[in-house]
Amino acid sequence: MTAIQSPGTEEIHPDVALVARAKDGDQAAFEQLVRQYERQIFRVAQHITQNREDAEDITQDAFLKAYEKLEQFQGNSKFSTWLVRIAVNESLMRLRKRKTSKTVSMDEDVQTEEGSIPRDFAEWRPNPEQNYGQAELAEILQKTIQGLPPGFRTVFTLRDIENLSTEETAEALGLSVPAVKSRLLRARLQLRERLSRYFRQTKEGLPA
Amino acid sequence: MTCTDFLSQLTDYFDGQISAELLDEVRRHTAECSHCEVVLDTTRQTILVYRNNEAVDLSPELRDRLHTAIMAKCTGKR
Repeated sequence: MTAIQSPGTEEIHPDVALVARAKDGDQAAFEQLVRQYERQIFRVAQHITQNREDAEDITQDAFLKAYEKLEQFQGNSKFSTWLVRIAVNESLMRLRKRKTSKTVSMDEDVQTEEGSIPRDFAEWRPNPEQNYGQAELAEILQKTIQGLPPGFRTVFTLRDIENLSTEETAEALGLSVPAVKSRLLRARLQLRERLSRYFRQTKEGLPA
Repeated sequence: MTCTDFLSQLTDYFDGQISAELLDEVRRHTAECSHCEVVLDTTRQTILVYRNNEAVDLSPELRDRLHTAIMAKCTGKR
């Protein structure tokens, strides 16, 4: 395996008809859209805020906003990308309100070079899934992504966890494609470096 | 290709957006540089381990509750 790609988005998306019906006041069509994306929106909000209650509130608010602004949705992007953009903005706003968070915009936290230059060159063998139980692995992954600055966490979540394309991620975040690529590289390298503390192979062939 | 050049191609490499020529250079570099070979492999594992082990998900109960709350909020607006 070489590339880790997203599926193509060439065909007319079935959401187009649902959105048109919802705009005409068809509540069942809107409910269908909610059903399709409520899990994704919740996951995005939870990843960015790292807080379940916030994620619940944000999911409700994001759909309400989408419902109220449906007329403004021109269909230049996919409905799901538009919705994710609303949820990302709501999530970042929520972080800003939290006193504990120092860095909350997509711009403030990307100056650091920390973790962007690889320093750990140990192999991960056996691989993390072979080495850890599901619950333990989930805890490590959660703890590690939590430590990333929100801007990097958000890019990684959309691109690598939710599998949005680079272009969709750029649209959802209001960033240029080169900016997404550069942040994604740093997010991936920082996560790799942090995960290596758990997954690196020691001299004895056992994980550290 | 230097190690810095290699890093600058990493995102395009994983996204499958790298030219055949550069892909060739990346392969030649990682064949010679064990550090970059490890970076390539462990970065790939980083992406896949997160993709394959989604820690955040909704239980059916929470999803039902959330869905009801969303629809109540939205329909209350009409």
